[in-house]
Amino acid sequence: MDVLTPRSLEQALRLKAERPDAVPIQGGTDVMVELNFDRARPAALLNLNEVAELRGWSRQNGRVWLGSGLTYAEAMERPLAEALPALAEAARTVGGPQIRNRGTIGGNLGTASPAGDALPPLLVCGAEVKIASVRGERIVPLPDFVVGPKRNVLAEDELILGVSVGGTESRQTFMKVGPRNAMVIAVVSLAVRVDGDLRAAFGSAGPVPTLVRAGLGDVDSFPQRVAEAASPIDDVRGTASYRRHALRILTRRALDRCLV
Amino acid sequence: MSEATVPKLELGRVGESLPRVDGIPKVTGEFAYSSDLQAAGMLWGHTVRSPHAHARVGTIDISAAVGMPGVHAVLTHEDIPGEKRYGLEFQDQPVLAYERVRYFGEPVALVAAEHPEQARRAAERIRVEYEPLEPLVDPERATEAEPLHPDRPTMGHGYRDDPRPNIVRSLVIRQGDPAAEGDVAVSGVYEIGIQDQAFLGPESGLAVPDGEGGVDVYVATQWLHVDRDQVAPCLNLKPEQVRIHLAGVGGAFGGREDLSMQIHGALLALHTNRPVKIVYNREESFVGHIHRHPAKIWAEHRASRDGRLVNVRVRILLDGGAYASSSTAVTSNAASFAVGPYAVDNALIESTCVYTNNPPCGAMRGFGAVQVCFAHEAQMDKLAEALDIDPIELRLLNALGPGGSLPTGQTITGTLPVADVIRRAAALDVPEAEELPRDPMRLPGGSGNTTRGEGVRRGVGFAVGFKNIGYSEGFDDYTAARVQLHADGSATVHCAAAEVGQGVANVILQVARTELGVRDVALAPHTTATVDSAGSASASRMTWMVSGAVRDACRAALEEWDKKGRSLEVDVERIYRHPRTTPLDPETGQVTGERAHVAYACAAMRVVAEVDVELGLTRVVWIGTAQDVGHAVNPQAVQGQIEGGTAQGLGLALMEEIQTRDGLITNASFTDYLIPTTLDMPPVVSELIEEAEPDAPYGVKGVGEPPTVVSTPAVVAALRAATGRELSRVPVRPDDIVGL
Amino acid sequence: MLALSFSLCRKELAVGQVSITVNGAEHILELEPRELLVYVLRERLGLTGTNVGCDTSSCGACTVLLDGESVKSCTLLGVQVDGHEITTIEGLATNGTMHPVQEAFHEQHGLQCGYCTPGFIMAAVSLLDETPNPSEEEIRHALEGNLCRCTGYQNIVRAVQAAAGVEV
Repeated sequence: MDVLTPRSLEQALRLKAERPDAVPIQGGTDVMVELNFDRARPAALLNLNEVAELRGWSRQNGRVWLGSGLTYAEAMERPLAEALPALAEAARTVGGPQIRNRGTIGGNLGTASPAGDALPPLLVCGAEVKIASVRGERIVPLPDFVVGPKRNVLAEDELILGVSVGGTESRQTFMKVGPRNAMVIAVVSLAVRVDGDLRAAFGSAGPVPTLVRAGLGDVDSFPQRVAEAASPIDDVRGTASYRRHALRILTRRALDRCLV
Repeated sequence: MSEATVPKLELGRVGESLPRVDGIPKVTGEFAYSSDLQAAGMLWGHTVRSPHAHARVGTIDISAAVGMPGVHAVLTHEDIPGEKRYGLEFQDQPVLAYERVRYFGEPVALVAAEHPEQARRAAERIRVEYEPLEPLVDPERATEAEPLHPDRPTMGHGYRDDPRPNIVRSLVIRQGDPAAEGDVAVSGVYEIGIQDQAFLGPESGLAVPDGEGGVDVYVATQWLHVDRDQVAPCLNLKPEQVRIHLAGVGGAFGGREDLSMQIHGALLALHTNRPVKIVYNREESFVGHIHRHPAKIWAEHRASRDGRLVNVRVRILLDGGAYASSSTAVTSNAASFAVGPYAVDNALIESTCVYTNNPPCGAMRGFGAVQVCFAHEAQMDKLAEALDIDPIELRLLNALGPGGSLPTGQTITGTLPVADVIRRAAALDVPEAEELPRDPMRLPGGSGNTTRGEGVRRGVGFAVGFKNIGYSEGFDDYTAARVQLHADGSATVHCAAAEVGQGVANVILQVARTELGVRDVALAPHTTATVDSAGSASASRMTWMVSGAVRDACRAALEEWDKKGRSLEVDVERIYRHPRTTPLDPETGQVTGERAHVAYACAAMRVVAEVDVELGLTRVVWIGTAQDVGHAVNPQAVQGQIEGGTAQGLGLALMEEIQTRDGLITNASFTDYLIPTTLDMPPVVSELIEEAEPDAPYGVKGVGEPPTVVSTPAVVAALRAATGRELSRVPVRPDDIVGL
Repeated sequence: MLALSFSLCRKELAVGQVSITVNGAEHILELEPRELLVYVLRERLGLTGTNVGCDTSSCGACTVLLDGESVKSCTLLGVQVDGHEITTIEGLATNGTMHPVQEAFHEQHGLQCGYCTPGFIMAAVSLLDETPNPSEEEIRHALEGNLCRCTGYQNIVRAVQAAAGVEV
């Protein structure tokens, strides 16, 4: 296995074009587990830790730009946490402090797990993913970016630059259910935002994190609609019936929080 | 010498909270765990394991692996020079599988290579021909299935010889009139999932050939001499040619009673004539050691209108998995403690352990008492409700104590302050509910931010339990200690007792300092090479046994010194035995002598939990306990045992379960086998009840197991109080609380 | 091997070499690209105080500080920390005097088997660097990424409080 460590975005894109088999790695919190358990043996890793252009966040025309290298720990810090409170709440549920110091938004998008904690808050905030390669850049709305369990639309030579997110300072929240009170993979998770309409996005309740929308008049039926939009399965972490049930409860509670 | 001239805390005697003697190396990172060992020319061993729960094993083709780079040995059962099977009590477990594999992860072949990666790659090239067989995974159907061990290894050992296939042991205890009726009866069926010890340091060790045909094994284990006695016959060596040395142990809790890498490492080392190190990863650790027996328990309690137990009838089914391990003793313990620490004249208890193709089960903290305590305490609460009596009053009314007798007919001759622990635990102040709003960290769901108080109900639960101390049923249970007094006034103590984190090294030193009156006492390495057996770091026995052995050796050494003169070196070894036990009658389950168990310790616990009844999530808010500890050798360490033991019981109540599908473990990782975190485990308020045990040195009792025994039922009782649900299975799943 | 093809800007290093500062000392190492940081520390540098407990970044036994921040050294490759600073449990003592957090774990009986202890201590040091006077809640939240099977956490929390100067 080779480890490629570009020191600029331009180098990173060039390397990715030359070595399309290289798996991009930021915090390594997903990729390294696969490697440690010998479940994946990539020919190369593209270590993006030294690419400064991918780090940090900024405000852009009423939206917020999150670099793909933004860590969960950074997402929990003010003033970003005040701009995107649901994302901050989601970040707080990720692993422990060591994982939050390393894990990144870009990694969560790249892995595209149905349980990715950052994805529901990004979905309700209308996230658009900015992708680049030596061929150029493109923008893909998040619902179109994740196309299946751990599958996304990235071409072999493409990297995630970051996401542009709206809905800042709107009423929003995130909740995650796990069988213990810290450090769990979501049995089911939910982000809700109320801002002109009702938006909910759930994780671990279907093959991909999914966005459900309704009008403000549909508050009463919304929990049921969210539960019905899910297609959960039974696995070692929980049952399908519990996941559907929990989504109803979580949606009701989230609406109560956001409609105060 | 007066007390004033030797300040107590300076000396670190029995009864003082002397900081851990291994504390400084452990906080600086210098402490050498078994995984830290290195030797010149060392190779790395790797174990090839069965992907099937049950299969016939055909040819094993190692040819592709043998020639791979860095590979020095590839071994199968054909390379075992001695006995092909081993076991703690019965030799029923193959060192390396032949003919059949009986569980998922059973060792089949070994590789030694210069680098762990080379060993893994070579292991992948070994071709094992498996013919999958239908796995026996339902313990309730085990006696109808084809025998997994046609040679019946546990028959003819003095237990009731049950002719049904796949019985490891079946014990019946009959006392009084098993048909006796009461005014009120309650019944229930209870289930306990498979719990794992989940010690933090995965199995590892280093085997070093001695150049003369023998081998030294440095390993994290619980009983050095019993390891030696299992390893040597398989290598066709004399016991003294195998020396087992304790390497730093990263937790044990019963999971290191059975062998892991010991024989495998020694085989590879002798075959290659190089030191061989084997380190399991977490996934291998989960399949590579035994677990707590899952159980199903049917219980019926009959009582008089005024609340006295009249008759208790219990049937216990334990799934032992593929091999016997210590299952026969777990079966017996479950039967002995099935009623709980209560007096009852009439009882019928049947405890059966079966072989299946599920993961093998054996020792884990609480050892049979954990499973039945969950059932008997649920039954006592049910009975209290049926009789409309306060559950604590009901327990006090039936509390066992000295002079009382167990369903085995054994009279309690030592201390057993059951009523006292109940009263003291019940008298602890339960905190008021915290105000809302709160940080979600202080609500059920914790960091998941799932509630701001919606759906949250509070419940208080209570439980009492007890367990034996020491090995039982006629086992020759002893501990040796050797004391050297040096001319400069210092002393060295040799004892093979395994320091697994429980603090036995402090016990050894504190007893020696007490007896010798000197501070300068060194603890020699724990090994089979220089001293006789200490027995196992199990059954809450080590504090008692080591105290006796070290005390006796110190006193003998001082006598010797007085005879010979203090300018000479003195070196004496003494063996300590606790009062003798005798077997249970194989037909009636009654004692055949004074006692089947040596002594007992009890604990009572009160738990406050908040439950989000809509989502089925829990936060345990507060735990208070009173425990019968005999005499605390080191109060700080005793409290540490209570806190840690309680956390393991809380884990079983709320989240811990090895899950299987057709015998295959599906959650062999710390991502999916969850143990409590800092946000799950509240502080424990503990009261130590110090009533000296008459048969024990200094009046001590073991303290490690009672907290684990009582915390599971106490937590679930709090959940029942909060939810009104029956919750008859642990771990309690969110689905059970919600009612799906 | 293509490791670090773009790190040539640091001219003193040959291709394939990395420079890692561990506990204040710089090490120039030639690493296999697959090598985890934790094994670089344990096997190349003999710093076996950092333990491996799970391989899934769950248990926290392998916690070290990377440029002062706590990270799990089983989720990092050695080559990824080229040019960075690592602090391990062995680097906490100064001139033979233990760090206050080490002292407190010892005195408050914050350990039993001790396998998780270096990881807990590193996580606690990281917490106290950022939050010198943490509440019990903050301590528990800061240690949620570390598992202990022996203690029930009570004395661990107490040790961190003691190290922070809270009366315990």
